Amino acid sequence: MRNLGSALFSRLVIIVPYVWLLFFFLVPFFIVFRISLSTMAIAQPPYVPVFGFADGLSGFIGKLGELHFDNFLWLTEDALYINAYLSSLWIAGVSTILALLIGYPVAYGMAKAPRALRPTLLMLVILPFWTSFLIRVYAWIAILKPEGLLNQFLMGIGVINDPLIIINTNWALYIGIVYSYLPFMVLPIYSTLEKLDHSLIEAAQDLGAPPVSAFWKITFPLSVPGVVAGCMLVFIPAVGEFVIPDLLGGSQTLMIGKTLWNEFNANRDWPVSAAVATILLLILVVPIVFFQNAQAKAEEKGR
Amino acid sequence: MNNTWSRFNIVSVVLGFAFLYLPILLLVIFSFNESKLVTVWAGFSTKWYVSLFHNQGLIDAAWVTIRVALLAASVATVLGTMAALALVRYTRFRGRLLFSGMVYAPLVMPEVITGLSLLLLFVAIGFDRGFWTVTLAHITFSMCFVTVVVQSRLLSFDRSIEEAAMDLGATPVRTFFQVTLPIIAPAVLSGWMLALTLSLDDLVIASFTSGPGATTLPMKIYSQVRLGVTPEINAACTILIGLVAIGVLVASILTKRRAVQQERDERAAFAAG
Repeated sequence: MRNLGSALFSRLVIIVPYVWLLFFFLVPFFIVFRISLSTMAIAQPPYVPVFGFADGLSGFIGKLGELHFDNFLWLTEDALYINAYLSSLWIAGVSTILALLIGYPVAYGMAKAPRALRPTLLMLVILPFWTSFLIRVYAWIAILKPEGLLNQFLMGIGVINDPLIIINTNWALYIGIVYSYLPFMVLPIYSTLEKLDHSLIEAAQDLGAPPVSAFWKITFPLSVPGVVAGCMLVFIPAVGEFVIPDLLGGSQTLMIGKTLWNEFNANRDWPVSAAVATILLLILVVPIVFFQNAQAKAEEKGR
Repeated sequence: MNNTWSRFNIVSVVLGFAFLYLPILLLVIFSFNESKLVTVWAGFSTKWYVSLFHNQGLIDAAWVTIRVALLAASVATVLGTMAALALVRYTRFRGRLLFSGMVYAPLVMPEVITGLSLLLLFVAIGFDRGFWTVTLAHITFSMCFVTVVVQSRLLSFDRSIEEAAMDLGATPVRTFFQVTLPIIAPAVLSGWMLALTLSLDDLVIASFTSGPGATTLPMKIYSQVRLGVTPEINAACTILIGLVAIGVLVASILTKRRAVQQERDERAAFAAG
């Protein structure tokens, strides 16, 4: 009886979330892919279904010949989409590097802080994450506008004479992404640095290594897992970011998340937006798998 | 890791935190601005808070958001805790690799993809968009965050306590509810709070999966922000920030008190033994 109960319990614990994720996470991707192969129609929903579930296997094979790759061809023909993909990767890449350059010293400083202070510092890094993402991006509009607070301040202290044009440029996007995702960079780096065995660094210094070279030869290499996790946590969502380019980037900046949104909401072209999403997913599969392996390794270590 | 806290370390921490907090602080300050311009200070006023409470559209949206978030966070916590148990306790079952993939991928998946794919699912199965579709979407993406939080607690869990309970004749279900759950409760609670804030905060997934009559607060704020920055939005944001700050403060005081209590209990147990 107990064995039966135990087996039932373990089955339930696995099957319920498994089925949920299959249905609400994995199956939708196949639907996206299916619709990306269909053609647009002025109807509700606005596409012509390619293969339905009712046709069975023979219907499925019969219809394979009718598949349209037109949407994908369309994406390669129109420079807008290719530019949007490339510019998204570029903006996300630059922002990730900037976030690392800012986030690493912060994480390092936190890890070296007096032990009693660390929980408070940790909470202060996490706290912005609990306040709305939309609000935090919105706060930057008033700061970066030509007549905004940053320009008022810089002109007030006499550093510049003419206002800096930051909003609606790529710089606004870098600032917005670094600001919004900085905690994701700081936290994993901090947790690897905090666990670091300090006797290794002492040994290096005892052997005559100056602090800077001890840092580059010992501390930094040991913190690489945290750096990798942090970079992935910033880079992957930033590539598909929508809110930041929409609010801070204006019409002059190009990112694929915004293109997809416009294609879907303004042009109501579902098949093309599904094709945009499919390609975005294919681009991100490599970093996502990379991230998952790192995550699984961390899980193994914790065991 | 410990060494001297050098001047460079202090400066980088202070500057980093200034960068994180200054924009939020400015937003809060300008919510009390008399002028309609958000960038020119014209004296202290609370009039934007008063006008906020007469904005029925915003209040309705807040109500929808709270109902969605409470429901979604609670279901996501149950599902996410189950998934964490499955990943930590059962290292070998068919399709485990796919399962862990499906748990970790939503953490980094761009929201436009998640939103679009869920919308197309709801259309394909003929499910009318509205309150329930937003809730289902929020359950799906926030449960994975719950899993990660609970999983890290389960990994440091001393299983001998569970084994003792089983040896004494408790069924697995009873062991879970009377031994495991009370111990991992703080992690489950913080998972629930994380799911709640993720749901309260979400704009992109809600915009894709919502329908008429289910406009959430972020959607409402977003549509007003697009029309221009107004002090009224600043006031709404300040209230949200205040609520979150109070919630986090209360939670941290409770966990601290709990930790102190636990330590005292353990010491008492030692003394008695």
